[in-house]
Parts: sequence; structure tokens; C-alpha cells
Amino acid sequence: MYNTHVKQTEQKQQKMESNEATTSKSFSKKKGKTKKVKRKVKPDEAPVQEMDQAEGEETEMKPVSGACFPPTFSVSEIKNKQRRHSMFLKLKEEKRKQKLELKKKKKKERKVLGDKAPPKEVPKTIENQRIYDETTVNPEDEEVAFDEGTDEFSAYFNRLTNPKVLITTSDRPRGRTVRFCEQLATVIPHAHVYYRRGLALKRVIPQCVSRGFTYLMVINEDRKVPNGLVLCHLPDGPTAHFKVSNVRLRKEMKRRGKDPTEHVPEVILNNFTTRLGHSIGRMFAALFPHDPQFVGRQVATFHNQRDFIFFRFHRYIFKNEKKVGIQELGPRFTLKLRSLQKGTFDSKFGEYEWVHKRHEMDSSRRKFHL
Amino acid sequence: MQHDDVIWDLIGNKSFCSYKVKTKTQQFCRNEYNITGLCNRSSCPLANSQYATVREEKGLCYLYMKVIERAAFPARMWEKVKLDRNYAKALEQIDENLIYWPRFIRHKCKQRLTKITQYLIRIRKLTLKRQRKLVPLSRKVERREKRREEKALIAAQLENAIEKELLDRLKQGTYGDIYNFPIHAFDKAMEKQEEETESEEEEDEEEESGTREFVAEDEFEESDLSDFEDMNNLKVSSDEEEDDEEESSEEEESEEELEEEKTKAKSKGKAPLKGPIRKKRAFVEIEYEQETEPAQKSKAT
Repeated sequence: MYNTHVKQTEQKQQKMESNEATTSKSFSKKKGKTKKVKRKVKPDEAPVQEMDQAEGEETEMKPVSGACFPPTFSVSEIKNKQRRHSMFLKLKEEKRKQKLELKKKKKKERKVLGDKAPPKEVPKTIENQRIYDETTVNPEDEEVAFDEGTDEFSAYFNRLTNPKVLITTSDRPRGRTVRFCEQLATVIPHAHVYYRRGLALKRVIPQCVSRGFTYLMVINEDRKVPNGLVLCHLPDGPTAHFKVSNVRLRKEMKRRGKDPTEHVPEVILNNFTTRLGHSIGRMFAALFPHDPQFVGRQVATFHNQRDFIFFRFHRYIFKNEKKVGIQELGPRFTLKLRSLQKGTFDSKFGEYEWVHKRHEMDSSRRKFHL
Repeated sequence: MQHDDVIWDLIGNKSFCSYKVKTKTQQFCRNEYNITGLCNRSSCPLANSQYATVREEKGLCYLYMKVIERAAFPARMWEKVKLDRNYAKALEQIDENLIYWPRFIRHKCKQRLTKITQYLIRIRKLTLKRQRKLVPLSRKVERREKRREEKALIAAQLENAIEKELLDRLKQGTYGDIYNFPIHAFDKAMEKQEEETESEEEEDEEEESGTREFVAEDEFEESDLSDFEDMNNLKVSSDEEEDDEEESSEEEESEEELEEEKTKAKSKGKAPLKGPIRKKRAFVEIEYEQETEPAQKSKAT
């Protein structure tokens, strides 16, 4: 690789020389520092080149940068865009080469040392660098366990109630939203879709409660696309307002399977670590009935990553005990929590447990709340 | 002196008035006391020394009147009369106050009152209904969030996470007996179990040969008995440790026990290692008890 690179530099130099020969006049007209300097350098270098091919590239760079430029010179000071660009590219290439050499050296060392080699460095990711949230739930936390035993979802988790979901939209929904609602209703068992017809939510809620619904889902639409979700747990439970994005309906899925069956799916909740995330996770869990029918082999996943909750619906099949194949059916969408309110939906007088405040909460790239 | 015509010549007709708004077809008057809103000779409050309007403030209608006697006192020029909330009574009040005034002004005042009451009614109706609040989106923020979402999606590696979770659930046995995969593990566990029984048999023989005579004669029987004891021990230990199990068949019990052992062996930690050791101790204790029984029986016989 090194040899080919040297050959390339040779070719480059030859090309440059030929170029200069033909366009020397044009160069003289241009008043750029670099080209003039190069012209001076190139004829000097030509005899040198044959002698020191190994140092071809470095000598090309050093006299250019050391001898003829003031030491505080930087690439960004060149006024001509083309020349600046070419200088910058050369700089980058050199940096890349250095990095590659360093990597190679490290690899060699590692091989030589074998077991005594220092452990591999773990790259920094945003998840690694996440600012520690004080409300992160410890699995054995008694206070949290006590809270969860007595909160609004305790009825569900003690198997006293079965979920029954009412899905509706904002006024005058367009086709995409309607189809999204229908597909959601197939994914969530015991879900019913009702047309909104301009009803006020505050009036809808008591009616739902009287008919035994446990959840009310309102999908808000803007510009023919669903963009918001209000999830209200009904017997005076918490109300969560999400921003919905990247909705993909079933027919837009690539390599999707057949339609989901009526079997109760399993639920996977990933990465809900903080106290707020815990309560949201329980909200999602309470949407689905308790006992999943493993015969159906369907799984609904709510995966939280950096405050974005990704929803996926898959069918799985175990090929052997170490391998599982999954096939995506069903709609997919992402949610971002905007606010969590304590009672049922009441935007004016409600008591908000958590509201997303952009200026306070979005100031750090490594701080997440869910 | 107040010369209305002069004033109108100066400001109204094709001249400049700062309250005038001109459109292609019409001229409007922006003066707040104007009764019709158009720029006319009869509607201009500046060019009419005797003028009246109806205006609304915070849901209440007031009748404003201007007469020529007060033209010299701009601070007191407009007389403000509060009108009744009842529409009919307000009309009567207008009539009463504007008695002997020109027909045009009376008529226009009543028209204006009608319009105002109508829109007040509509406001009250609308406030009772649902009000849509429009929340503006910041384009910069939306773009930023979109980008972050893409990056989060890449970082999430959803398929891998889901597969991993499903495999974990399979290992933990949440799927019960649906999948017949743990065959390999079952075989391994069976091998383990056989090793354990062999080691226990050796221990049995060593202890018994030291203490009883019968053991030397009835070696085969003792080993058979020890096998049965092992099976009993399996039952007993499973009853002790797996209180949740309600299945009766031995095979399933032993299977699940073996699965538990397998899972304990697979899971990394110090605690599970104590499991089989504990079990060995349990076996030893139970065998001790059972060994006394046959001895007593044989003594009796």
C-alpha cells in the first residue's frame, strides 16, 4: 500500500510538472502564494525526487509549509477557493495517513504483547456519556415498589381489570390517519375505533368510563399526517401527550409479513430507566392484556432510546435455541413525550407532572429524561 | 366656529385625512367613533358637529353623543351613556336619547347595536365549546429533533435488541414447554445428574460399608434402593424447592429441575453455583433419614 501511494505521488508530481510546463504563463498571472511557491519548489524537487522516493510526500509538504510560509499560516487564509480546497484536501490526506499508521502500530503492539496487551479502549457513545439522572430507578427500590403498588396502574397489574382501548382522532381526519387508527386497532387487542365528530374530550371521557374503557387514545392530525398522540388512562389516570413522527403504515413496510392475527401479543419495554420512564413504561404495558398468547408469536416493542420511543410490531420464530428470526408486520411509529398530566385530559386546569421545557431540558446533548 | 362643510372640503372629499383608508372601490374611515366605518359626508365624525355612535367595551354597549355646544371642549365632547344589557330595552334607550336627532344617525346606531349584540352572543357560545389552541412549531427545532431521532434509531439497533430480549425470555423459560429446544441442555443436564448419582452412590457405599453388615451382603439391593431413594429425593427436593409447581408427573418435574439447573449453570454469578451444592447436601440428609428406616424394619423382621 505504501509503495502504491509513493507511485501515486510520483504520478502527481509528474502531472504537476507537465501542467506547469504548459500553463506556466497562466500561473504567473495568478497571484496566489501557493502556486508560485510550488513552482519554485518543483524544479528543485525534481532531481531530489529520484533520490528520495520514500520521503517524497513529506518533502513535498515540508518545504512548502516550512520554508516558504510564515509559521502561523493556516489553510483557511488562502483566498482562492480552489487552491484552498486543494490544500485542505492534502492536509486531510496527511492526517488520515497518520491515523492509519497509528492504528497499524497499535495493532502490531497488540499482536506482539498478546495477553499482556492493554485492554481495548471503549469508544465514547452518547449512551456512555449520558449525564446520570438522579431519578434512575433501582430495581430493588422499595419506595418505587410501594408507589407502583398503589398507583393508578395497580389495578391492572393486580389483574383486576382488563384493558379496553378507545381510539379516536382529531376533527375531520384524513385517509392516512384513519388507516393508521385502523391498523393500531388490529395491533392492540380489545381496541375500538370511533369517529370523532367534533365532540369535546371532556364530554367523551365520562361516557368512556361508563362503558368500561380503560384507555382513550386520541391521534392528532396536522396537514394530513398524524403528529400527536394523547394517551389517557381512564378511571382518572394519568394523561400522556406525545409527539408522533415517522409513521409507517403496513403497506409501506418492506418485506413485511401477513396481517397480524387476533392473538394477544407479547410486550417488550426497553430502556425505561428513570422514574418518569418507569411510569410511562407501565402505561404502555397496561395497554395490552396480561397473558400473551405465545401461539401467535407476535411481539410489540416499545424501545426507548435518547427520549425517543420506537414502536415496532413483529412476528418471531425460533430457529433454534440461539437464533430467532423476526419479521416486521404492523405499523411503526416513534413517540416523544411532551407532557404527563396527573388526572384525565384537562389542558387548562390539569396538574402536570412533567412538561417538556425546551430551553431547560434541551440544553445538554447528553441529558435524557426517560 | 364650527363649519362642517369647510371641514369636509378639507379632509373628506378627495383630500387627505389620516383616518381614511382607500381601496379600489371604496373609502373607509378608521376613526373609532365612526358609526358605519365608511368615509362619507354623513358618517364622518369630524365633519359632523352633531353625531352619535354605539361602541362596546368588555361586553357592555355604550352610546356616545357629540353636540355642537361642546365643540369647544374636546375633553368633554363625547357624552357616554351606558345601554341596558337587554336588547329591546337598549333600543328604547337609544330612541329616548336620540329623540329629535336626524333619522340617519338613529337608524345607524340601532343597526350597530344589533350587530354588536349578535357578535357578543357568538363569543359567549364559542367560549363554551372546545377551543383549538394552535401551537407554533419552530423549524429549527423540528429539524434538530428529526436528526436526533435518526441518530437514536441507528443507535437503538432495534432488531438486535428485540432478538436478544426474545432469546433471554426463551432461556428464562417464560415460554414453558412450547419450544422443544432445550434438548441439548436437557441431555447435558441428564449427564450431570448421572454424575451426581454416581458420586452419591460412592458416598453411600463408603458410609454403609463402615457401619452395617447387611450392606456387604446386599450390595445390589442397596444400590437399587439408593436409585429409588434418588428418585424419591428428586421428588422431595423438587417439592421443597419448587413450591409453585403444581404438575404431578415426575418427568416434568425432573425436566424443569434440570432446566433450572441448566439456567443456573448458564447464568453467571456466584449464587447459582451454590445450588447444586446445596442440593447435594440435601440429598445427603434425606438419605440419612431413609437409611435408618429400612434398618429398623429389617431389625424388626
